[in-house]
Amino acid sequence: MAGAPVATAPARPVGDTPDRPAGSVQRRQRLRRALTGWAFSAPFTVLFLVFMAVPVVVSLVMSFTDLRSTDLRNPFAVNFVGLDNYTRLFGDDLFLKSSVNTLVFVVIGVPLTIVVALAAATALNSGLLRFRALFRVGFYLPVVTSIVAVAVVWRFLLDPEVGLVNNLLRVVGIDGPSWLFDTKLALPSLIVMAAWRNFGFLMVIFLAGLQAIPGDLYEAATLDGATRWQQFRHVTLPMLRPTLLFGGVVTGIGYLQFFEEPFVMTQGGPLSSTLSVSYHIYNQFGFGNYGYAAAASYVLFVAIVALSVIQFRLLGERK
Amino acid sequence: MTTLDRPARGRDRAAKAVLYVILSLGLLVVVGPFVWMALSSLKPESEIRDVPPTWWPETFTLENFRDLFSRLDFPLFFFNSALVAVAVTAGNLLFCSLVGYALAKLRYPGKRVLFLAVLGMLMVPGMVTFVPQFVLVSNMGLTNSYAGLILPFLVGPFGVFLMRQFLQSIPDDLIEAARVDGAGEFRIFFRVVLPLCRPALATLGILTFLASWNNFLWPLVVASTEDKYTLPVALALYSIGQNRTDFGLLLAGAVVVVLPVLIVFLLLQRHFMRGIATTGLK
Repeated sequence: MAGAPVATAPARPVGDTPDRPAGSVQRRQRLRRALTGWAFSAPFTVLFLVFMAVPVVVSLVMSFTDLRSTDLRNPFAVNFVGLDNYTRLFGDDLFLKSSVNTLVFVVIGVPLTIVVALAAATALNSGLLRFRALFRVGFYLPVVTSIVAVAVVWRFLLDPEVGLVNNLLRVVGIDGPSWLFDTKLALPSLIVMAAWRNFGFLMVIFLAGLQAIPGDLYEAATLDGATRWQQFRHVTLPMLRPTLLFGGVVTGIGYLQFFEEPFVMTQGGPLSSTLSVSYHIYNQFGFGNYGYAAAASYVLFVAIVALSVIQFRLLGERK
Repeated sequence: MTTLDRPARGRDRAAKAVLYVILSLGLLVVVGPFVWMALSSLKPESEIRDVPPTWWPETFTLENFRDLFSRLDFPLFFFNSALVAVAVTAGNLLFCSLVGYALAKLRYPGKRVLFLAVLGMLMVPGMVTFVPQFVLVSNMGLTNSYAGLILPFLVGPFGVFLMRQFLQSIPDDLIEAARVDGAGEFRIFFRVVLPLCRPALATLGILTFLASWNNFLWPLVVASTEDKYTLPVALALYSIGQNRTDFGLLLAGAVVVVLPVLIVFLLLQRHFMRGIATTGLK
């Protein structure tokens, strides 16, 4: 093996002989290291730049133009229109309506999902050993399934006539409403469905967080005469703060983009009561208003960043 | 002490029983819809519309599934979904582990910037990039093609992050030893490093495959003719199109979309849970 011409690039210069001109050797080594590093990074970097990083920037540029689908073959017809798209957005009743819907979805959906997930995680963590794996897998099941398929199933479950939900209500003598066709109930129905689908994900994360809380904290609390609820309130919740924060941010980011549920179940109706910002962007894109759609998607992006910052402030301060 | 212990233990047992009942009810609410979906897909259309609904099918039929094959082109949609998911998974496994290794173990200029860009991209939602992505893909002439469906997802920031975190835990001595033995950098990577990454690769592979299989927005805008539909696109468009009232057909379609994922999940659920722990706690 000795003397074979192999391309090696030692991580650090080992045993440099002092009588050689150290500068040129080091420079050659540095060059070789750079080449090796970028040989490994290049395939990813090219794809990443072309299909992800550049589109993020282009999207911003696009939002200041009047680009339409008909302009794709003729880029010279595109004009910069400054902030026109943005000012139009905030005078667009449908966009405002969709923003309110999305906000409601997040403000009610995220806490609901967190509470259900925390309840499930606490229950599974409370010394109950048998069937724990079964419950965990079962609760996690909807997370891995396609939202489209889930939405199709739920559309039938919520059908006012033949749906399972209303038929179960009929058994106890309640005449169920037509969930998805009622302007007041359609959005809440989608929120409950989203919580149903997503709480399993948070539950697994919370479970890991709960198991990381040292047991002697509870022992000390018990010795001090704290009740179960007091322990939960003063030991579990504070210790779980970072995990809760992470869960809130991740769920919030997902809910801000909700799209498949109204697409399959309500088509944004009735009377736009389930139109989300993502759905509005998709529609504008479908109409060929690319510049306008890009502006709306940047507003959504800013909202996502703002939500993360707010949640970090709210939950992160009392560390 | 025993006189104090006994009622306490009894109360504990009662609490436990209540807990089991609540959890079981929860399980019913969560898993019930899937069971109902599977059972109803085996009922004839008329029975699905029965009031009150039947739980167990009175007449079993495979008619709904036959319709998926004869009236619609579900085998093709299945093939499209599988092809795209396999390609996307393979690309992510290869490219993300390559760059993850460089970011974790090599020293080269620009590395910090690259990693920060990857971290930043984790924050960017698909909704922000899909319009320019579509313009790009359509300028490349790739709309309504497999390449157009696959290329934008061939790498992802999540995969890089996951692989880098894992690769940092591999001892440097191992790589150093291989270098001293005179092995080339790529040889070291494929022969020494990659075999050690098997758990991380399994997690990344499963999560990527799943995300691709369930992906909706991008195939919805890129696939413009039926022959390029993936399963979720086909199911969604049929469920709001002319087949919107074919309950049996749509439920059978949902079963076809969900079943492969369900099987993979039940077989490999340990990797799923580990994947979440990795993303959630680092």
